[in-house]
Amino acid sequence: MSLLTLRDLTVRRGDCPVVDHVSFSVGPGECIGLIGPNGAGKTTLLRAALGLLPASGDSTLAALPALERARTAAWMPQAREIAWPVTVERLIALGRIPHLPRGARLRPEDRAAVDAAIARMELESYRNRTATQLSGGEQGRVLIARALAQDTPLLIADEPIAGLDPAHQIATMQVFETLAAEGRSVIVSLHDLGLAARHCTRLLMMERGRLAADGAPGEVLTPENVDRVFGVSAFYENTAQGPVFQPMTVTR
Amino acid sequence: MRLAIGMVLLVAALFVASLLSGQAPVGAGQSLQALVAGDGTPLSVVMREIRLPRALLAAMIGAVLGLSGAAMQGYLRNPLAEPGLIGISGAAALGAVLAIQTGLSLMFPLALPLAALGMAVLAVLLILMLAGPRGASITLILAGIAISALAGALISLALNLSPNPFAAADIVFWMMGSLADRSFTHVWLALPFMAVGAALLASLGRGLDALTLGEDAAQAMGVNLTGLRLRLVLGTAACVGAATAVAGAIGFVGLVVPHLLRPAVGARPSALLWASALGGAAMVLAADIAVRELLPARDLKLGVLMALVGAPLFLHLIYKTRKEMA
Amino acid sequence: MRGCVRPSKVIALIAALVLTGAAALAETAPKRVVSVNLCTDQLALMLAAPGQIVSLSHLSQDPDSSSMAEAAQAYPTNGSGAEEVYLLKPDLVLAGSFTAASTIQMLRDLGIRVEQFAPARSLEDVPDRIAQMGAALGREPQARALIRRFRADLARLSISPAHRPRAALYYVNSYTVGDRTLAGDILRAAGFDNVATEVGFARGGTLALEQLILLAPDVIIRGRDYPGQSRAEEVLAHPALHALHQTRVAGTLTDRDWICGTPMVLSAVEKLRDLRLSLEAGE
Repeated sequence: MSLLTLRDLTVRRGDCPVVDHVSFSVGPGECIGLIGPNGAGKTTLLRAALGLLPASGDSTLAALPALERARTAAWMPQAREIAWPVTVERLIALGRIPHLPRGARLRPEDRAAVDAAIARMELESYRNRTATQLSGGEQGRVLIARALAQDTPLLIADEPIAGLDPAHQIATMQVFETLAAEGRSVIVSLHDLGLAARHCTRLLMMERGRLAADGAPGEVLTPENVDRVFGVSAFYENTAQGPVFQPMTVTR
Repeated sequence: MRLAIGMVLLVAALFVASLLSGQAPVGAGQSLQALVAGDGTPLSVVMREIRLPRALLAAMIGAVLGLSGAAMQGYLRNPLAEPGLIGISGAAALGAVLAIQTGLSLMFPLALPLAALGMAVLAVLLILMLAGPRGASITLILAGIAISALAGALISLALNLSPNPFAAADIVFWMMGSLADRSFTHVWLALPFMAVGAALLASLGRGLDALTLGEDAAQAMGVNLTGLRLRLVLGTAACVGAATAVAGAIGFVGLVVPHLLRPAVGARPSALLWASALGGAAMVLAADIAVRELLPARDLKLGVLMALVGAPLFLHLIYKTRKEMA
Repeated sequence: MRGCVRPSKVIALIAALVLTGAAALAETAPKRVVSVNLCTDQLALMLAAPGQIVSLSHLSQDPDSSSMAEAAQAYPTNGSGAEEVYLLKPDLVLAGSFTAASTIQMLRDLGIRVEQFAPARSLEDVPDRIAQMGAALGREPQARALIRRFRADLARLSISPAHRPRAALYYVNSYTVGDRTLAGDILRAAGFDNVATEVGFARGGTLALEQLILLAPDVIIRGRDYPGQSRAEEVLAHPALHALHQTRVAGTLTDRDWICGTPMVLSAVEKLRDLRLSLEAGE
């Protein structure tokens, strides 16, 4: 049972294909890392897959009606907008909007989902604070919690751990891992290849709009790929504490 | 909800106070009795034909102006958005003036609110086009200044070209607004448009809440942004158009009321919608009472009082958000 | 008969003096009269000798404003500006006391005689204006005759009735006028009491619609209908005016006859008197 299937998805800006005939399929229980250098088209790919951008090719998610799509996949954009000074709890509760019947207040199951999201992201002490007064990193965690509260089989996040401190970076990746273990799937775009290697079950590597590699971290992060796509050489070893990947020098 | 009950009571109290405000030297009890009795005595006529429609209009206009202010701010995600400031009231006034001066409203009374609505739609579309998705404050204000200036100039022109010697002085009414001597004719003229407009705007609650996270996230949560925008445009135009057609351009309600009530509703755009409607009704009722009590002999225009309260607040808002605007 | 003037020479001298004096007197009557004010237009039309008037203001031909619009058609009109008037080479300019002071000053500086007429504030002012116009035009006998006729007609029309109904004059922007105005005096002469005096208006002022309704006059006389539309006129169509059962709303009786202090005001008095009689008959 596929949660998302892309077939030849292409997004053009003028003549130039920003996303070029990308195809892959996502099943349950996967924690997928979307990696690539700046300008590779990661954000565009995710937005096109969600149907937020016009694209040619097929995306099963984009083909769904809006409400069903919202209950299938939660999207956390890169731009962390919080327009109004709401409390953290209220902000996270916004994730329940696709599930609420017209204009209804939060039902017990909605409150439960919000509480679960707060617990997962360790935001209990932030519940009543004003979201706009938090630091960038704290806001990032709150927005992830919002996506979690949406309680969807698929979670798609665009650079969710950027700006977080190491502890919270690792904790968040562990949350995604746990979700995958529970049977959901997560697609996360990120720049930290080390974290990607340690926590993702599968990596999608993008280069200039094309899908350059698709597979387990060990298969994707070969020295040739890393050199060709990222222009760096790296230290990559499976240690007793799990895989360690550290870019070392610039090759280009 | 305590806030809701409190606001409803406030509006009700101000409504009664508005009915009792005026130049007749009679007691409150007698006035209210005359209102209910409707026995054709002069006091009864005053209460039913002059004060009652005035109080109703004050409440209706205040409600829709507050509502459309909250809706525009929620959509544009900018606390400075307000129908008066961004030129929609001015455009609506222009439509109304054109309907009157061409004689269209004489032939076809509904032409008055419809013309105001039509011009308001154009203005809203222009604003959205110029200051579009999360438009910077500066673009919004500049667009508003431009539209207001153009509307004001065209109104002046239309009125000065009129063969009627009193038309030129009408501009004060259109630009400043007034509820003096409104009748039930005006109430019935405005009510259908206000009802439709308010219904459209009230349906925006969920979408505006979702927009707190930005357009991308809102769309991904199932909000139809195109539909939302359409309802916003039509709803605002209907509300502001009808209000302006019968009472002139009344500004600052949509700015002051959402700003004051935002902390009380936890900054949720959906809650702010109904709170601003009630708050707007209270504000305009209070202002209309003040206009009659402060300087009873002179015809003080409603807009003057609004500006005296609203403009300093506007300055304060600019000061507070000036770093973002730079 | 040396040292003594001959009688025939004296007679000739006296005759010469008389003739010169008469000629001089005849020459003081202006020959080219230009009027730049609606009210002086109409008074001049009534009193002037044929050929005396050279030009009238263009309001004189407006049937909404001028009671003598048809008679005024025979004359060219001017826009009341100093340049235009000067080029007509008048020897007398008739103006109102509220005509633009700069225009009047300009004409006087150019050496033209300007006679200013104050607006009439009561019916008694009308004979004064007629006399002033007669003196200015050198038509005193005609003026005196007109005054005599006016006084007689007025006396006939303004027989004070036993019961004086209460009336209100209501104009655009809720304006009303009291007894010490021409309109108020016309009302009084026709046999009405002006409710404006009950609230303390001697001249004019704004009477809120509420106050008017509470005064519950027997008649409300509305201001005239102007061309085009303005929102300011809406108050005259307010439903509240018709909601009082005891009050008759008379139409737009205040028309061109009410504006100026000319004998035409008598037709205004007559129309109002007929209104009063119809009220009494209706009751």
